[in-house]
Amino acid sequence: MTTSTPGTTPPLAPRPAATAKPRGVHHPGTPSVRSMLIKISLLAIVDSLAVFALFTLLLKESWVVFGIALAVTLAINYIYLKPGLLPAKYLAPGIFFLAIFQIFVVVYSGYIAFTNYGDGHNGSKEDAIESIIANARTRVPDSPTYRLTVLEQFGTFSFLVTTPEGEVFVGGEDRPLDEAPSARLDSTGKAIELDGYTTLDFGSLIQNQSVIADLSVPLTDDPNDGALRTPDGSSAYLYTSALEYDAEADAIVDTATGERFLDRGDGAFANEAGRELSPGWKIDVGFDNFARAFTEESIRGPLLGVIAWTFAFALLSVGMTFALGLFLAIVFNEARMRGRKFYRIVLILPYAFPSFLSGLVWLGLLNQDFGFVNQVVFGGAAIPWLTDPWLAKASVLIVNLWLGFPYMFLICTGALQSIPDELTEAARVDGARPWAIFRLIKFPLLLVSVAPLLISSFAFNFNNFNVIYMLTGGGPRNVSAGVDAGATDLLITLVYKVAFGSGTGRDYGLASAFAILIFIIVAVVSIIGFRRTRALEDLN
Amino acid sequence: MATLPASVPVRRRRSAARWFADTGWRHLVGIAVVIFATFPLLYVLSASLNPTGTLVGSNVLFRSLDISNYIELFNRPQQPYAAWFANTLVIGLIAAAGTVFLGALAAYAFSRMRFTGRRVGLLSLLLVQMFPQLLGVVAIFLLLSGIGDIFPALGLGSQLGLIMVYLGGALGVNTYLMYGFFNTVPASIDEAAKLDGASHAQIFFGIILRLVAPILAVVGLLSFVGTTNEFVIASIVLSDPQTQTLAVGLYQFVSQETSKNWTLFSAGAVLAAIPVMALFLFLQRYIVSGLTAGSVK
Repeated sequence: MTTSTPGTTPPLAPRPAATAKPRGVHHPGTPSVRSMLIKISLLAIVDSLAVFALFTLLLKESWVVFGIALAVTLAINYIYLKPGLLPAKYLAPGIFFLAIFQIFVVVYSGYIAFTNYGDGHNGSKEDAIESIIANARTRVPDSPTYRLTVLEQFGTFSFLVTTPEGEVFVGGEDRPLDEAPSARLDSTGKAIELDGYTTLDFGSLIQNQSVIADLSVPLTDDPNDGALRTPDGSSAYLYTSALEYDAEADAIVDTATGERFLDRGDGAFANEAGRELSPGWKIDVGFDNFARAFTEESIRGPLLGVIAWTFAFALLSVGMTFALGLFLAIVFNEARMRGRKFYRIVLILPYAFPSFLSGLVWLGLLNQDFGFVNQVVFGGAAIPWLTDPWLAKASVLIVNLWLGFPYMFLICTGALQSIPDELTEAARVDGARPWAIFRLIKFPLLLVSVAPLLISSFAFNFNNFNVIYMLTGGGPRNVSAGVDAGATDLLITLVYKVAFGSGTGRDYGLASAFAILIFIIVAVVSIIGFRRTRALEDLN
Repeated sequence: MATLPASVPVRRRRSAARWFADTGWRHLVGIAVVIFATFPLLYVLSASLNPTGTLVGSNVLFRSLDISNYIELFNRPQQPYAAWFANTLVIGLIAAAGTVFLGALAAYAFSRMRFTGRRVGLLSLLLVQMFPQLLGVVAIFLLLSGIGDIFPALGLGSQLGLIMVYLGGALGVNTYLMYGFFNTVPASIDEAAKLDGASHAQIFFGIILRLVAPILAVVGLLSFVGTTNEFVIASIVLSDPQTQTLAVGLYQFVSQETSKNWTLFSAGAVLAAIPVMALFLFLQRYIVSGLTAGSVK
């Protein structure tokens, strides 16, 4: 594997002058031209990406992100251009990714948990108003016909329209019409080309017809004025909405019926009867998601069930895999036994098999009507392994035992073999029976070295998404629940289903609240667990 | 042992009984466990070689040996298995290489340098390990959709974006493991090289990385296996079948019509498992030492 190992280097070690040097003093040495060039070019790539990002952010006017991105870019340049600062040079790349995709993500989850983010509450209030009005647009019966040429620029489409009066405008989705006097006209006075844009020919028009048919180009900045749409790609008509936004009253008014939809602080416009217009917008809801989770009857019951099962699943999984793994480690930890290597390799196989596949393979094995277990092992019985709530729980535990016992077998074997033989010898000389030796000497010693791994295993199984999701998908589903929760759902599969499930619509806010709940539980359990194991170590 | 014929000499019977009491029963346990451990794997292998296609037809083990499923697997435009396989390898390898590199850089700093915040840094790395990235899956989804507004190449649907997300977990899981191994390499080697005029980068890339190659292999493998098995984040980031990984693709493939596509799925599962299992068995000695390294300090 390696050209040399630490063991082969003693000739270098005894150098008093080297070891006597005070730590922390780092001479940068004279960097070679090559390493300088590599460094400069890497930094140049990073900086050019950063400048591009900063420029885009500037155009989008997202000032907070711009400020952060600027600070990070400056910090990176400072770290790598200033001599010294060695620890920062080595830590910065990892910390950069850690900060964005792990630490920020957790903080951001915390923020989302306090919003109503989700289906129908995706964007800002302005977006919601625009899209409510746009959704209610219908073609004005006596709309003038605007002659139209569809243009393309950087992959987005624009409308080049000629009004009946012969004036020429250009505009696109979210870009209201703007005068375009420089457009070239054909013999009939219809504008057909504009500098900087490509005119779509008939073929590309057909190719992109669904996108173009969905385009609606606002007439002015005010969404109430209506928008142009095209049914055929060659002429456009004015579409206005029956709904209008009344900025003074902060309300959407239906001009046909006079009905008023007010902003009642729930992130949506609603009328007197409580009927809400969709979409709404994202607002901060404080502790609402947590309150909903624990007070709303249809969520609280299933949630408490899921929490209890998550604990039961994690504890039973650790307990069962550890018991079987330890038992096997003891059975095979016998020097006189032949074929130990063979057993060892075969026992590792379930652990080496990709875990997402294991769940799917067992899904087939346990199939109620055609599966191997029912058809062959139980002679054609129709045992509902995955569809009965209690049998499904037993099934996921058995499958997880299959997946997890090799790991426990490996670490228990390692720990048993590291217990010095003198201890057991001495006990035997003192007349202790094998069971007493195991219970009073080997097991406590083993536990000291294995306990931290058992806690990690608990934390892992607490979030063991793959086994549950691949095998049962969390089901069988509890039909009375207000969320998509089933008998074998763990908290983490519940988070996934609430956030991205197809059944009940996405609710990012509630899902994040559940995630924060997991976060708190895992933190508390780990802290208590590691405290206890430190106590175990002190005993040793 | 009552079934033993009476003619067997007493001495031999006693030795057979003793053999059973000593190691024989261990083999009985061993055989039972071997059956438990391998029969799902044999079953899926047998199903993959069965041309009937369905779940119910797969219940007689190794009735026929036919590779038509393996051929069919690469001829389905709806389920681009070859693309899934290549995507899994590419994403897994890049993420593993990045993880090893980022982790090694950080482990080197923690192991060889003394700076303010070093202890806190090490402790926070231990802490971060407790919280897997999939807890923040909602935030990752929204973050990537935000990044996609600025860099479409890194947003939702992009494999590069997914790799970056995986790199976010690089320091958390493995740096501590590497840190322990780096500490076993004597610092006097660095010092000697420094006296000879080597720069810190030359020491790190030229000397240290070679000495710690075994732990780099273990971390690389663990990271590769972890990425291969990762379903949650991959499933929300990659929506186009051509860009998906095996975990996402095969799940959608088999969860829709479990029994109808069974033998085809089995063939896909066998092919997907082979590289991972081969690596695992090849490197099992290192992995076992890596697994126990956390506990035996």
